[in-house]
Amino acid sequence: MPENLVLPQEPLEATSPFELRVNLGREVPETDVRSALATGDMGFLHSFTTGSTVDGPGVRIVAWTAGCQWRCRYCHNPDTWTMSNGIPVTIVKATEELRKYRHGLKVMSGGITVSGGEPLLQHLFVMKLLTVAQQMGIHTAIETNGNFGDRLTDEDLKKIDLVLLGMKAWDTERHVHLTGMDPANTRKLAERLAAQKRPIWVRFVLVPGLTDDREDIAKIADFAAALGNVERVDVLPFHQLGKFKWKELHINYSLADVQPPSPEAVQRACTQFRSVGLTVY
Amino acid sequence: MPSGGLRMVVNSLKAYGYEPDPQMVETFSKYRKTHNEGVFDAYTNDTRRCRSSHILTGLPDAYGRGRIVGDYRRVALYGVARLIERKKQEKQALDALMSTEEVIRDREELSEQIRALNELQQMAAAYGFDISRPAGTAKEAVQWLYFAYLAAVKEQNGAAMSLGRVSTFLDIYIERDLIAGTLDESRAQEIIDDFVIKLRIVRFLRTPEYDELFAGDPTWVTESIGGNGDDGRHLVTRTSFRFLQTLYNLGPAPEPNLTIWYSPRLPDGFRRFASKVAIDTSSLQFESDDIMRSVWGDDGGIACCVSPMQIGKQMQFFGARANLAKCLLYAINGGRDELTGEQVGPAFGAVQGDRLEFDDVLEKFERMMDWLANVYVNAMNVIHYMHDKYAYERIEMALHDHNPFRTMAFGMAGLSVVADSLSAIRYAKVSVIRDKTGLVIDYKVEGEFPKFGNNDNRVDHIAAGLVSRFMNTLRKYPTYRNALHTQSILTITSNVVYGKATGNTPDGRRHGEPFAPGANPMHGRDSHGIHASAASVAKIPYRDAQDGISLTTTIVPEGLGHTSQESITNLTSILDAFFGATGYHMNINVLNRETLRDAMDHPQKYPNLTIRVSGYAVNFVRLTREQQMDVINRTFHGGDRYA
Repeated sequence: MPENLVLPQEPLEATSPFELRVNLGREVPETDVRSALATGDMGFLHSFTTGSTVDGPGVRIVAWTAGCQWRCRYCHNPDTWTMSNGIPVTIVKATEELRKYRHGLKVMSGGITVSGGEPLLQHLFVMKLLTVAQQMGIHTAIETNGNFGDRLTDEDLKKIDLVLLGMKAWDTERHVHLTGMDPANTRKLAERLAAQKRPIWVRFVLVPGLTDDREDIAKIADFAAALGNVERVDVLPFHQLGKFKWKELHINYSLADVQPPSPEAVQRACTQFRSVGLTVY
Repeated sequence: MPSGGLRMVVNSLKAYGYEPDPQMVETFSKYRKTHNEGVFDAYTNDTRRCRSSHILTGLPDAYGRGRIVGDYRRVALYGVARLIERKKQEKQALDALMSTEEVIRDREELSEQIRALNELQQMAAAYGFDISRPAGTAKEAVQWLYFAYLAAVKEQNGAAMSLGRVSTFLDIYIERDLIAGTLDESRAQEIIDDFVIKLRIVRFLRTPEYDELFAGDPTWVTESIGGNGDDGRHLVTRTSFRFLQTLYNLGPAPEPNLTIWYSPRLPDGFRRFASKVAIDTSSLQFESDDIMRSVWGDDGGIACCVSPMQIGKQMQFFGARANLAKCLLYAINGGRDELTGEQVGPAFGAVQGDRLEFDDVLEKFERMMDWLANVYVNAMNVIHYMHDKYAYERIEMALHDHNPFRTMAFGMAGLSVVADSLSAIRYAKVSVIRDKTGLVIDYKVEGEFPKFGNNDNRVDHIAAGLVSRFMNTLRKYPTYRNALHTQSILTITSNVVYGKATGNTPDGRRHGEPFAPGANPMHGRDSHGIHASAASVAKIPYRDAQDGISLTTTIVPEGLGHTSQESITNLTSILDAFFGATGYHMNINVLNRETLRDAMDHPQKYPNLTIRVSGYAVNFVRLTREQQMDVINRTFHGGDRYA
């Protein structure tokens, strides 16, 4: 990383992850972004939070990266699509921050989860951070759509104690309609993790009319059950907390009128996953 | 009761539609001087001005100071006859000493104590009980102990009338009766339930203004549960569980103020049960057993909210709090009040120019703090001299050893406002906005600055340093009866009225906006979650805040985990981490904003909605609308987050 690079002074904090954050990395020259990505010495983060109990086991610290190549229709953080919307953070600074929580994370059986955005878009930075974390004895996790799973070496996978894998739909056409991308790479990563006996928690977002097809859910469930390394499935009900961001960013939001699923619908999806022997929350 | 102050009693009666008894009014205006009159006979002019401008607030100069915890167990354990005997011996021992002012006062106090013990015995006899002898059964032990507490609350309308540490003591009697077969579990629970009902129905005559300050007439019947013994054994018993169980059997309620002396070393089952009760009822507070025990020993209790003391061997002179945020504004304005423009403090040089410079402001602030500390200690000495003289707590002190250890408990309000203000001055650009007279009435903040509550040492050190600085300044001035200087970082619900009384501050807070309660980060500014927020507060050094450091947290139910078992595990983990580090106190609310909003609109649906505020609990629907809004605007951890 160039020594004379002056980083913006914005603090790495947002009043909530739902705070709209744009252009925080705009002053970083394009060449520096490239060099940072090439070395992993700098990452672009939306924000981080502590005390999370729903992003992996225990009470965790969660770093949200900026940048994602998918365009999920239900995304509640479209401001994390663009990497330059994030705050540039050096690996040194990120490590320092993490170190403050080292003892507490151990006591709380927690760890660090890198979510996004899509963390594997900045896989070098993420792996550097998780390597340090693991050396500190902190449990490591990433939450990913798996599309760039190939970027992770087998050595990398050993440094990730848990993968929270977003499985969004089964049918390819449906998946492309939903996310803009093909689901093949996601499943490939799942199978690789299974072969190496690395644990997965499946994250499934239930959106009425989009992902609530019974047959489609059944196929995801069967696939997940057959893997043998899926420790649990989190069925996450769609919500509208991120709606305002689409509006502010002037992006056409196709789910503006969609209601969150009913508790019965959520239960029905959970039952489907359970029926194939999976643990579901 | 009018010994504290007649006017307060008369006003309270009138507020509730009663005429005071003319004979009482005559007695206390013609023949008997009150504490309140004594205080104002001796107050300095500085003190009067500081009181009026609200830079010193809530001083116990017109009401009972409270925060004295009698060792009510002694009545059950020894019987009153033996306690009287002991007090006579203590008094006898003073005969050998020269009759100096101190010794004369001690002798008179001991005589009052003996008189009070005799009256206690008579009161119990009127109910048909002979409590001159020790209690013989569990039922008697609870009964005897309750009589002692009842005598205290009949005699003193103290601000906080705490219970001490009785649950594990009572367990000894209950266990003996269970083994003897004279008691079964359901009866044992019933006895504790009944006792708790008695504690819940204690009410004092207080003015509506008092209730506005402290939200809904609290009595702070604080009971300490759990903790470890110095010998390595924990102090959790079945009766610890029985007390917690009352929150299910009787429903959640603010009183008694159940306080867990928490340590990660307490048994798993108890820690988990306490977490479960906190999640289900939002009615518990947790305080660090390790910190309190290391200073005060293993038979400690809490007076009021967060003030630890050895039961029966120690008492405190309660002193409300000084408004440090206002003190900072006085420093900037050379002692003039930012709201009235009046010269309240000394006319030290005001800030010149348009921009606030950190070193300049800090130097001025330290001088102003020194002045304030001097006035504050002066006021406290007068108050407690007069309280001892005109409204002595006879029965409570009769249940202490003679000549107990005394602390003088000062307090600070506005910690996070001042810390963030100084941080803004240091790390951002703060310009002043003046009125026509040159008085600084507002600030313009340009740029970012670190805010207390994000585990950022740049500002956390400012906060911790401020606590130490103010404490050391207080220590410079001698106290009445040589009490040890302590301070608390606690506001209870008065953070709302402090906000009303304090103008715009350099951190961007507007006039009227509430302070954060106790040692809390300002609402919404702790943006990195509960772990970061609590870590900042845990940096405040206990050695300079020995009367307690209060942190109130609110977590939404879904923020603790997906299932109830997971939530219990996670909350227990959070407590283990906080108290395993240097955390001192944590109030836990597990609530949704929606629930609170609904309760504001439909109070009839939530008669028992109990929430923790700052060191104690209140019934939410009895708060003023402003206080309710203050609670709703606090940081809710885990609420607005990614799915």
